[in-house]
Amino acid sequence: MTLIVGASAAGLATAEALRRKGYTDPLTILGAEPHLPYDRPPLSKQVLSGSWEPAKAQLRSAEALAALDASLVLGDPAVHLDVAERAVHTASGRVLKAENIVLATGLRPRTLPGQPTLRTLDDALALRGDLLKCSRAVVVGDGVLGAEIAATARQMGVQVTLAGPQQAPMALQLGPVVAGLLGDLHTSHGVELRLGAAVTGVEESGVRLETGEVLPADLVVVAFGSAPATEWLRDSGLRLDNGIVCDSRCRAAEGIYAAGDVARWHHETLGTSVRLENRTNATEQAIAVAGNILGADEPYTPVPYFWTDQFDAKIHVHGFIGPDVSIVEGSTAERRFVARYHRDGELVGVLGWNMPKQARLHRQEITRSCRATVAASAPGGA
Amino acid sequence: MKITVGQDKCCGAGTCVLLAPDVFDQRDEDGIVVLLDEAPPAELHSLVHEAASVCPAAAIAVSS
Ligand SMILES: Cc1cc2nc3c(=O)[nH]c(=O)nc-3n(C[C@H](O)[C@H](O)[C@H](O)COP(=O)(O)OP(=O)(O)OC[C@H]3O[C@@H](n4cnc5c(N)ncnc54)[C@H](O)[C@@H]3O)c2cc1C
Ligand code: SF4
Repeated sequence: MTLIVGASAAGLATAEALRRKGYTDPLTILGAEPHLPYDRPPLSKQVLSGSWEPAKAQLRSAEALAALDASLVLGDPAVHLDVAERAVHTASGRVLKAENIVLATGLRPRTLPGQPTLRTLDDALALRGDLLKCSRAVVVGDGVLGAEIAATARQMGVQVTLAGPQQAPMALQLGPVVAGLLGDLHTSHGVELRLGAAVTGVEESGVRLETGEVLPADLVVVAFGSAPATEWLRDSGLRLDNGIVCDSRCRAAEGIYAAGDVARWHHETLGTSVRLENRTNATEQAIAVAGNILGADEPYTPVPYFWTDQFDAKIHVHGFIGPDVSIVEGSTAERRFVARYHRDGELVGVLGWNMPKQARLHRQEITRSCRATVAASAPGGA
Repeated sequence: MKITVGQDKCCGAGTCVLLAPDVFDQRDEDGIVVLLDEAPPAELHSLVHEAASVCPAAAIAVSS
């Protein structure tokens, strides 16, 4: 029996990969949320804007879920892991024992009391309601999540200010050149950028910056980072250090594995430990974990990849943003280009702006052994 | 096997093309998935199932 904790992208992909690879033992997927597994990227885009019914974000049809032959236990969060017994205790009092346990509980957003944030489907629907009612919103957080929420809210007709400490939105994930273009895109659509100053508090009238300025708002959306959902593992004895610490096989202990946003594992070709917060990693790492449960004994060594959609821009990033950038196809003026990033002469990353296919074609060339890159850049993430 | 792709869900990741280039392609202009073969031969089935599972936008559905 294999027990998967977390019924979302990584958890579901682990179950599917196990079945695809011929695993016939019982499978249980335990999830804290009451909903059938759904996808998160549409939450800040189509679900928030209302262009999709929430049901469209469901990850699999009822037919595909049934074909998995797994027991789905939903709405019952895990509260304790007994490593020696290989047992998970749930809030409702269930005790689930398994030969293999996969931890895929994702992230928990940082919150401010009383202010909305966005991680779950329920959050998205509540935030949509708030945005429809408000006239002036401040989004606190200049990472991918904050930038996407700002773009969607603006397209819903809301007056939006985006606040955060970086010089440009997503500067950490995109580098200064492309983040600057993204900032221009937001400005051209009427988003007010108040970047480069830390937010020191939320007051009744709005958001206070370190400069003393108060940005007026009748809605403040919090999107400044999140932490791995490991609070329930605190007394388990597993090593936790900004994620569940795993070896190169994504194994946290004998018979216990982690996948997705919650997992920090040793990336052998990069020679360091990494944790990625992006959608593709959730599935790819799940497949690696399924293989290792079945005895593959293979290290997980992906080239990271994420995308984001804001206004008319579809930005795709493979690998890492290095310091030396060159535009190799299209042009920034046309808002359609491929940029290649080098560090010490080595290609470490490729970015496409409205050129997803062309960017992907450069992917194979990205060197996988650039240790300096990881030390210098924090990959992916909200 | 019958494959359907949701072009309105596809985010243009191209993961499906990397796995099964005989079955999937991407449009040059916007990277959206194009289905080349909706009923591929048996030897491609396991790759197609993998592509459906790996697609980060859950845009590929397979029925038997
Ligand atoms: C709004 C939003 C937009 C995004 N957009 C993009 C994008 O455009 N591109 C991209 O690459 N990535 C994007 N991401 C990131 C991507 O969605 C995540 O990387 C991915 O969802 C990670 O999957 P996961 O299964 O590891 O974790 P999650 O999807 O977080 O799933 C974890 C699941 O575990 C459950 N859980 C937590 N604690 C427990 C417990 N104690 N017991 C049982 N279950 C528990 C949670 O309820 C949740 O359902 C976005 C994320 C968000 C929130
Ligand atoms: S893997 Fe999915 S999202 Fe990516 S191109 Fe194929 S169908 Fe589209």
